[in-house]
Amino acid sequence: MAGETGYLVLSTGDILEGKWLSPKKEMEGELVFNTAMTGYQEVMTDPSYAGQIVIMTYPLIGNYGFNDTAFESVRPQVAGLIINFPCVTPEHAESQYSIMEMVQKFDIPILYDMDTRRLTTIVRNNGNVFGKMTSNKDEKPIIEKVDPNIVKTVSVSTTHTFYQKTNRERTKHVVVVDFGYKHSIVNALLNLSCHVTVVPYHSTLQEIQALHPDGILFSNGPGNPEDLQSLLPKLKEMADQYPTLGICLGHQLLALAYGGKTKRLPFGHRGSNHPVKDLKTGKVYITSQNHGYVVDEQSLNKTVWNISHINVNDNSVEGMVHRSKPIIAVQFHPEAHPGPLDSHHIFEHFYQLLQEKGAREHAKV
Amino acid sequence: MPKYEQINKVLVIGSGPVVIGQAAEFDYAGTQACLALKEEEMEVVLVNNNPATIMTDEKIADRVYLEPLTCESIEKIIEFERPDGLLPTLGGQTGLNLAVSLSESNILERYNVQLLGTPLDTIQKGEDRELFKAMMKEIQEPVAESISTTSIEEAAQFATKMNYPIIVRPAYTLGGAGGGIANNTEELIRIAKTGIHASPINQILVEQSVKGWKEIEYEVMRDANDTCIIICNMENIDPVGVHTGDSIVVAPSQTLNDYQYQMLRNVSCKVIRALGVIGGCNIQFALHPETNEYVIIEVNPRVSRSSALASKATGYPIARIAAKLALGYHLDEIYNPITKEQFASFEPTMDYLAVKIPRWPFDKFKHANTLLGTQMMATGEVMALARNFPAALQKAIRSLEAGVGDLDLPSLANVTNKELENKLIYPTDDRLFAIAEALRRGYSIETLYELTNITKYFLIEMKQLIQVEQELKHTDWGAVTKEMLLNAKVYGYSNQTLAKLFHQQEETIENKLKELQLKPAYKMVDTCAGEFEAKTPYFYSTWKEYNEVPPLTKEHKIVVLGSGPIRIGQGIEFDYCSVQAALSLKEQNYETIVINNNPETVSTDIHIADHLFFEPLTLEDVVNVIETEEATGVIVQFGGQTAIHLADGLAEKGIPVLGTTTDAIEMTENRERFYNLLQKLNIPHIPGETITNVQQLKAAVNTLGFPILLRPSYVIGGSGMVVIRNDQELNDYVGEIVDLDEQDKMFPILVDSFIQGMEVEVDAVCDGEDIIIPGVFQHVEHAGIHSGDSMAIFPAPNLTLKQKQLITEYTKKISKKMNAKGALNIQFVIKEEDQSLYVLEVNPRASRTVPIVSKITGVPLVNLATKVQMGKSLKTLGYELGLHQEMPYYAVKAPVFSTNKLKDVDPLLGPEMKSTGEVIGLGMSLQSAMKKAFHWKEQTEQLEQKPNVFLSPSRADLTHIHQLKDVLNDITTFSTKPGATLLAETGIIIDHIITIDEAIQLCTDNILQILYTSVETKGVEKWQNLRETALKMHTACFSSLQSLLAYLSVMHHDMEVPKSIQDYVLMTENLNRQKERVTK
Repeated sequence: MAGETGYLVLSTGDILEGKWLSPKKEMEGELVFNTAMTGYQEVMTDPSYAGQIVIMTYPLIGNYGFNDTAFESVRPQVAGLIINFPCVTPEHAESQYSIMEMVQKFDIPILYDMDTRRLTTIVRNNGNVFGKMTSNKDEKPIIEKVDPNIVKTVSVSTTHTFYQKTNRERTKHVVVVDFGYKHSIVNALLNLSCHVTVVPYHSTLQEIQALHPDGILFSNGPGNPEDLQSLLPKLKEMADQYPTLGICLGHQLLALAYGGKTKRLPFGHRGSNHPVKDLKTGKVYITSQNHGYVVDEQSLNKTVWNISHINVNDNSVEGMVHRSKPIIAVQFHPEAHPGPLDSHHIFEHFYQLLQEKGAREHAKV
Repeated sequence: MPKYEQINKVLVIGSGPVVIGQAAEFDYAGTQACLALKEEEMEVVLVNNNPATIMTDEKIADRVYLEPLTCESIEKIIEFERPDGLLPTLGGQTGLNLAVSLSESNILERYNVQLLGTPLDTIQKGEDRELFKAMMKEIQEPVAESISTTSIEEAAQFATKMNYPIIVRPAYTLGGAGGGIANNTEELIRIAKTGIHASPINQILVEQSVKGWKEIEYEVMRDANDTCIIICNMENIDPVGVHTGDSIVVAPSQTLNDYQYQMLRNVSCKVIRALGVIGGCNIQFALHPETNEYVIIEVNPRVSRSSALASKATGYPIARIAAKLALGYHLDEIYNPITKEQFASFEPTMDYLAVKIPRWPFDKFKHANTLLGTQMMATGEVMALARNFPAALQKAIRSLEAGVGDLDLPSLANVTNKELENKLIYPTDDRLFAIAEALRRGYSIETLYELTNITKYFLIEMKQLIQVEQELKHTDWGAVTKEMLLNAKVYGYSNQTLAKLFHQQEETIENKLKELQLKPAYKMVDTCAGEFEAKTPYFYSTWKEYNEVPPLTKEHKIVVLGSGPIRIGQGIEFDYCSVQAALSLKEQNYETIVINNNPETVSTDIHIADHLFFEPLTLEDVVNVIETEEATGVIVQFGGQTAIHLADGLAEKGIPVLGTTTDAIEMTENRERFYNLLQKLNIPHIPGETITNVQQLKAAVNTLGFPILLRPSYVIGGSGMVVIRNDQELNDYVGEIVDLDEQDKMFPILVDSFIQGMEVEVDAVCDGEDIIIPGVFQHVEHAGIHSGDSMAIFPAPNLTLKQKQLITEYTKKISKKMNAKGALNIQFVIKEEDQSLYVLEVNPRASRTVPIVSKITGVPLVNLATKVQMGKSLKTLGYELGLHQEMPYYAVKAPVFSTNKLKDVDPLLGPEMKSTGEVIGLGMSLQSAMKKAFHWKEQTEQLEQKPNVFLSPSRADLTHIHQLKDVLNDITTFSTKPGATLLAETGIIIDHIITIDEAIQLCTDNILQILYTSVETKGVEKWQNLRETALKMHTACFSSLQSLLAYLSVMHHDMEVPKSIQDYVLMTENLNRQKERVTK
């Protein structure tokens, strides 16, 4: 395997040399790194990475291949992938495709033989870094920020309904507002005996009401949450009316919708090893994370919100609970995939809120 | 939660001597834990009778007891010290077993000692198979079907029901000692028998085999708040069936997808929570190669060899954090010591991978059965880090120093396919090389998988390596491109291998790399894959990437070379020396760089040096570090033979080797130059010759006469050394040489007259002018038994003043003539007939006994030697010059063997070293010290009032056997007819005359307590069987009459109450200090 020379030209002025694993394809994007040691397929197919060139800090990528069940969306979403030492001859009982087959099938630009650790350090030290994958090292990246309409490119355009798999008699119906949802979120709900309807990110309250949900989930997704200002009043209306769970971008949008602010993290949290403390119980969980923005703790109206979770390392907001309404939100990914399953109880908590709401309404009748 | 307020003084139990299954990793863990406790202002009391460890240094714990690891002894220490808490999970199986006995005999309760960390019932649940299984059933986690039993019959019934193969594991043993895999009833009965005996509670687990499944380990930590984190997972390349300590292991796992990784992660947390572990825990899984089915193999609720490996692989110091958790802290209250600003409650992530390869002792035991199974046989291990698997594998192979620099084991080239396939099916120490050879012969991955059950990923990666090798091999050197060379480097090829492949000199390759400006870069190990800035990182080499080593800024940057993997002849004592050297350099305000590749050690702890490099200890790898760091000097005296071997090469490259010059080193190792030196100094040396062929050997024997000692020039632990006493032995030896494929390599052989007598040795520090000798060791065994296998007494009790003066004079003369600067060890023999003193050998480096001398005299030998190497004069260092005054107490060092873990190895001692570790006994009286050295652990405690002793003496023994008469009334004697006849000559009447077979039976039935067979019984199968049986049954086994006599003489002697080393040394405080320092 000896690909042609390719370059990653950075907005910082750094130029790193590697080789093309994919056919040559120029690509620009925000540079981010993910520190997970397993789950490269889940990372690549997570829509939150749309518009981003992802550096995998773990050098060996492709060892166990790719398969149909580990897709977090219908296709890879990363703008490009930077890896150190690809394995083109995967070996695993569940492997269906090699990394080369993925490249061919989905046309993902990949550079390998790259000093991914050096790149990671550059991103860590500079924060907002953009890059261009190219065969011409004199070409500089032009893009300076992620497309403000990026969510539109990853959200569903029509409604999809999934039916629960547990055959329990009493089911709940959850509407997932799709800003770039991961399949695992829907799977987590289905496994809790919920029916799930995924709706486009711009759906209105009326459209959602028409689906008669028991609760709403604001999904994860790519980009700067502030780019979705126009949606906020609608989202608040929904959350006011239904038990709501926000995940990642969904969490940030809830904060914004209720008057809070978000800010950019120096270089994001992306990986499977982020410690989060539940402030109510004092317990610490290891979580899967993928975000470049956080909720500004100072900006939250504490008479409305309780901070429920914080990041152990930088004390940033990892979760919040509405003081009077059944609204919870987390910055991390309780659905895992990739990453630890430690915080799966967030879904159980949400399911409990759905049941309580149901019980109250039942009592009203 | 902050730490417990009621705990101010903590007792730590160490793991004792290094044996197979329990090695340096517990010195690392124990040292870390003691330091962590001290950091929390605890007063630390430590019990460990392994004198070679760092943890028993007086600086590591407040009160260090080099005392027997028995309940009785520890109870007395508890009674005296009154600790508030006991930390039991850091001393391996030994520490754990003792904690259990202390608790069960209510000693902890009586003295109000709180057990810290993981609760006792958790330990028992983890250790007792039956309890563990029941608990796993309760939480619905799968374990292999099994029964715990004390009956062989029951074991056989179960096996018949479950079908073979069946695994037998003894309960509560080290490294699975006494267990194995049985393929039929016959094997089962045999293994069950030894297993039941090996277990201290006489219990075995008989288990359905999941042989061939993937073996996966997780290192987990949990705090009292129920936070549970994974430090690292690891994948054994060798599938289930080979003990994990004998497996090649990679971290993190390479062939698990995220689903499987998280599935097992979740189970790990679930199990550890159910167990209630507080601290570190290791959990092992068997994962079906094709499905997600798994079973839990075992749980170790303590720090372990794997946790040491995980700590070094990730940078996360498990033992250190575990100690803090035991004091009540939560993980999110402790800082990550690498990044300093993040907390310990996160999961390390790697951006490289680690490969561990075990180091086996088969180079020492040529007749050993090398088949790997459930009983661990490795004495040590190496770890290599790289950005890809092939490079990590190649670096690990050359770190082994096993005489092979790469995947090419020349002896395999000539084996038949059938033989090769056998090597693939039945794993031995050379299976890795057999795979490489099979790949060269064109075996398909599919076939290799069928033969080995090794996950194909690893086979495919190795195939890639062989492909690169073949490409290089078929390229003309002139046609080699920069790209090719660089690619080879990325794959981890050494210059030596490249030279071999291109048929060039190594220098040619080196020059080419220089010309092309190719050199390695170094990346950091920082626990977080670069996400955060690391404050105390360590480094490994990589190619084609950016160098991250921040330049050291002081004028002097000194490299200390470590000693590599623990092996027989080169153990933990050299790690002690390397660490002390690094600390001394720091104290002198020099910047310090440590290079080593052994993950079990303290020297590879990030806190020891300013910069740590985890690299192979080959010339190329070491020079690369030195050039990158622009180091100003290298210290080679403390890394055993490994480091000394590099001295010449380093000097040739113009790198300053500090202290004794390489020429002087060579002077001591080249026999001819050495004898010349002695002759010039008028010091008698042993008559000897260097011979280069078999004919010369016979001629030499004619001149020198029997007995003679044969050895190769450069040796570790006396490898290949042999005493020949008569024509028959000579003919056998010659026959063996002639049969060798590579007999040329045997030559030149050094032939020395073998002088019978008492051996003594000194460890000195010299500066070329003056010397300091803290004292003289006297060996209990006479010459002919390797000094590493001898008992040694300090100070020497039987030397005359004149002899001591002569020893001092010789040492002074030699050191001055050599211009030796630093540590020096000289071994002497006092000839029996005329009491004349001969120099046996001079080691221009720190020796095995340096840690002992330093600890018991309080004279910090390594510290002084390091200062001398940095140019200081001994006169200015505060200690009296010359031979020091003797201290008023005794120390006895005794060797400890792991021979019972190895198959087909004769425990009989000789000039080749066989011991893996050592213990020490201290006492105001020699007898008490001796008794503590003999009765150093629980199982050696009980001796019947009148023990049964089997004696098989040689004629040579008759001169000394009269001493036996003094103890004859206290023992019942057994011997064979010839033995009894021989003894009758001196008037000793044997109580029972029996055959060897009967002796074997008496051993098996536990009737014989002591066995003595002289060296003359060597090579006779029945005698070997007797000795092997004796070892398995814990019969005290002697090959030297002197050690037998020593043993019997203290048999009924009382042991003095334990005393800390600090208290001992206090007695000598001002004894050998220079006056001006004393007043200070």
